[in-house]
Amino acid sequence: MASKHSLGRLALSVLATSAVLASAACGSSSSAAGSSSAPADDSWNTKGPINYVQGKDTSGNVKSIIDKWNAANPNEKVSLIELSESADEQRAAMIKNAESKGASNYDVLSVDVVWTAEFAANGYLAEMPNVDTSGYLKAAVDSGTYFNKLYAFPSTSDGAMLYYRKDLLTAAGINAAPKTWDEMKADCAAVKAKGVTIDCYGGQFQKYEGLTCNFAEMVNSAGGEFLSADGKPTVNSDKAVAGVKWAVDAFNDGTIPKAALTWKEEESRKAFQDGKLLFLRNWPYVYSLANKTDGSSSVAGKFGVAPIPGLTGPGVSTLGGHNMGISKFTKNKGTALAFVKWWNSAENQKANTIATSNAPTWVALYTDPELTSKFEYLPVLKSSIDNAKARPKAVKYGDVTLAIQDAAYSALNGQAAPKAAMDSLQTKLEGLVK
Amino acid sequence: MAVTTAERAATPTKRRKNAFSDGQGTLAAILLSPTLLVMFIVTGIPIVMSVTESFFRKNDGIDPVTGAVKSGTDFVGIQNFTDIFAHPATVAGVFGSMDRLINAFLNTTVFTIVCVILETILGVIMALIMAKAFRGRGIVRASILVPWAIPTIVSAMMWKLIFNTSGVANKVLGLADNPILWLADNKYSQWAIITADVWKTAPFIGLLTLAGLQTIPAEVYEAAKVDGANAWQTFTKITLPMVKPALVVAVLFRTLDTLRMFDLPYGMIGPNKYSVETLSMFAYQEAQQTRYGQAAAYSIFLFFYIVLVAFLFVKLLGADVIGDEELRAVNAQRKRMKELHKKQAKATKAVRTTITSGGSAS
Amino acid sequence: MTPDELAALNKSSHDAKWWLGKVGTIVGMAFIVIYCLLPFYWMLISSFRLPTMGQSTDYWPSPASIENYTGVFSEQNNFLRAILNSVVISVTTTVLTLIFGIVGAYALARLRFAAKGLVLSLIIGASMFPGVTLLVPLFKMFTGTYDWFPNWLNTYQAAIIPSLSFGLPLAVWNLTAFFRQLPVELEQAAMVDGCTPGEAFRKVILPLAAPGVFTTAILTFIAVWNEYMIALSFLQSRDMKTATVALSQFTGNLGYNIPYGSIMAAGVITTIPLLILVLFFQRRIVAGLTAGGVK
Repeated sequence: MASKHSLGRLALSVLATSAVLASAACGSSSSAAGSSSAPADDSWNTKGPINYVQGKDTSGNVKSIIDKWNAANPNEKVSLIELSESADEQRAAMIKNAESKGASNYDVLSVDVVWTAEFAANGYLAEMPNVDTSGYLKAAVDSGTYFNKLYAFPSTSDGAMLYYRKDLLTAAGINAAPKTWDEMKADCAAVKAKGVTIDCYGGQFQKYEGLTCNFAEMVNSAGGEFLSADGKPTVNSDKAVAGVKWAVDAFNDGTIPKAALTWKEEESRKAFQDGKLLFLRNWPYVYSLANKTDGSSSVAGKFGVAPIPGLTGPGVSTLGGHNMGISKFTKNKGTALAFVKWWNSAENQKANTIATSNAPTWVALYTDPELTSKFEYLPVLKSSIDNAKARPKAVKYGDVTLAIQDAAYSALNGQAAPKAAMDSLQTKLEGLVK
Repeated sequence: MAVTTAERAATPTKRRKNAFSDGQGTLAAILLSPTLLVMFIVTGIPIVMSVTESFFRKNDGIDPVTGAVKSGTDFVGIQNFTDIFAHPATVAGVFGSMDRLINAFLNTTVFTIVCVILETILGVIMALIMAKAFRGRGIVRASILVPWAIPTIVSAMMWKLIFNTSGVANKVLGLADNPILWLADNKYSQWAIITADVWKTAPFIGLLTLAGLQTIPAEVYEAAKVDGANAWQTFTKITLPMVKPALVVAVLFRTLDTLRMFDLPYGMIGPNKYSVETLSMFAYQEAQQTRYGQAAAYSIFLFFYIVLVAFLFVKLLGADVIGDEELRAVNAQRKRMKELHKKQAKATKAVRTTITSGGSAS
Repeated sequence: MTPDELAALNKSSHDAKWWLGKVGTIVGMAFIVIYCLLPFYWMLISSFRLPTMGQSTDYWPSPASIENYTGVFSEQNNFLRAILNSVVISVTTTVLTLIFGIVGAYALARLRFAAKGLVLSLIIGASMFPGVTLLVPLFKMFTGTYDWFPNWLNTYQAAIIPSLSFGLPLAVWNLTAFFRQLPVELEQAAMVDGCTPGEAFRKVILPLAAPGVFTTAILTFIAVWNEYMIALSFLQSRDMKTATVALSQFTGNLGYNIPYGSIMAAGVITTIPLLILVLFFQRRIVAGLTAGGVK
């Protein structure tokens, strides 16, 4: 009996698989992300204990959320596996798990938005069936999507903001944050004219992932694009080069201090907090730290936040954040999916935002009175994320981001002219993104 | 085989008779087999696998419809090696734009040459000072072991803090307002690495040299003094030649160590920085990108480079790394035999007696 | 040499030049001590600052604080566990290298056999091997890529076995040098007294070689304790990291900050066991380092 039953199951799953293959073969018929036709694979019904894998749980909140789940679902317990703090090493560990067909028992993965393509294309992540993503940030949903299929559920988001010294601007008779780069420069000149010695603008220009983010903002905010709508590299367009040229000029004329070439998030935050910077591009985490009144920040209460500026109008931020994917090799996909959905419910996302100050992906939370009173910057962040662009989706993202960093670093360092740097980046991307 | 013959020839020399020296090959094989077996498992097998791996490459084409990556690996022959020339991946390092592997090779070479030279000079100076000192030598020797004992990665983090743009190095140099960007990706980053490496290892060379210095009998110096040699002459004519064996071995080990440098640039400056990327770092980075074939190829390239350097050291500088008196005697004996054969070929006179009365070589 | 000449020689050793040399030596020694300890001093005082002042460039911590040290051992950093991992790996590797090294080294030091030059070269060659050459295949092997090999990611053996690849040659090398220094007459005497070669080795040679074995153990321990690349590659989970890897990956609670204060504190903590070993056994360690190199 039992064997007959499993035989039936096998037949069913073969049927189901061939159905998937068929629908994949005529891929254009499947609709957009999230609402794609669900694989009627009954592996999505298996329940049981699973592991959730992410970087270090620095706030301790992840544990408390998981405890809550475990109390309610004693037969489908979730255990937390904490990986390294370093994003690169988290990625490496997840790849090793997948290459060994799930030997490390990673079931639900917290996936950086830029890993989606690589993980999906290599078959590390299972395509999510029948998931309703309405109500979540569109950009975040898009970041979890590969070839029109959802592989990772939007969980947290991130966008850049412009921190500016309100006190100094007001003293110079300026009442609004700059909307364009030229306005920003003019504001600097006005503040300096009052006899204040201060550097104008800073971001993250050390050679690492943060440079890719900053550089992408330079390109996108000038109207350029890394990849066109049909996925072809277009980084040496006039608009993209204009954005790069502005940044290079800013380094040359001292608008951006040379030291910024060694800055990551923390170094730039320190410069801003020490009162050495008028404008700072950084993530939302700076807000509460720069407002600390324990003596570590000399600008507490003296700054404001605004969307980042652009070449001719508001700038385009780079999208950050993490999504939650389900390993293709997990046995208890049913539990995994339920857990992912539950985790990202409005209630849990709110608790997580309060505990970690990570931006939520559930849109309604950006106008939640409790959150906006705790995180005054949320409306600004929302407009930043609404306007944000993802970094290029690429299976070989590691090579793509390195190519971008190479081009950016050589241009900003003055080793290559902006146009030449972008031309060589174009050539490299054409080889990498096919 | 040559060794066996030579050994037989060496046996009747005046060397101390060895208590175990009868029938010792089998015993040696038994005693050594556990050691060699473990070494074969932990080093031999991975090497063979590494070589195999270097002829393969991951298949990374993408299906245009599903976006899925084709899986598996392809045999690509020596393409992982020849791609340096066929498809160079050009990067801009301190030495201009060139293939990433060649850039890493140059960095490795320059680091090794500069670091080892500086370390040797500093180390010898330290040893000379310590040799002169009578009081306080304990304190000096204790403090000299501190840099050596600190884990490299810890010293990397320490120097990273010191060389921070707004850090103490720039402050001490009076560059707080116009800082040098040590931790960026430029020629200063190289000097930051060199500083950190020399700091950690010059004392090591100093210690080994000191040990060599202490074996020089005081009478030799007295005699030199009587002969009216000045300090420089004493140093170049007596000290240096007499510490040379110790120094050459120390320098050889430092050279081989620097050639595979990884922790220091990786921890201090970071990955993917072409001005400080060494061959070890490059190979590691490729493995991180799951390009195991290329990673294996580059690491084997590094291996051969190290072997070549070690070989040159032994041949040109006469580094006696093995340090086994018996082998030394055997080799000397073999040399003498060779010369003897030459002589015999020339002269008809038998010189057999010189073989047996050759005595121990060292 | 006439007595006059001797007197002249003795006299000249206390003139201005002599004093210059004396002062020069003292200055030189001061230079060495400062050179060696100044960067370490920076690490030390940076660890005693307030956590928020990690990048301060004051030459003295103000206010001084041990908060970084308490922070290192906080639940979040899990550093105690990392130290424990380092101890397990270093001690196991050291013991294994001694077990597999002693007998082999003794054979190399005492026996005469045809392939001795080859074996010694092999051991030297193995110690020259770049770690990364071994890592690449082990990456694949230990992560369960092959059906015939278990998944060893995040296990102690994944760090111990590759560590043997540099620990064992180092140990054999040192031990061989130590055994060579012991006069062969010892065994001869023991065997005259009726010992078998095995007994002679166990009862006579081993006790006499104990200092050498001990030194070798310290050197191996330090080498493994300081190892970074292997541990970085194979021990990635929070509970398996070694101290060197853990401290290089400290982050603050927001993921972005580099808590230099705690990193320096962890660095000091990681180094202190080694410094204690080194200070207590400095003569032996120097002897061990110079073994083989200097006769």
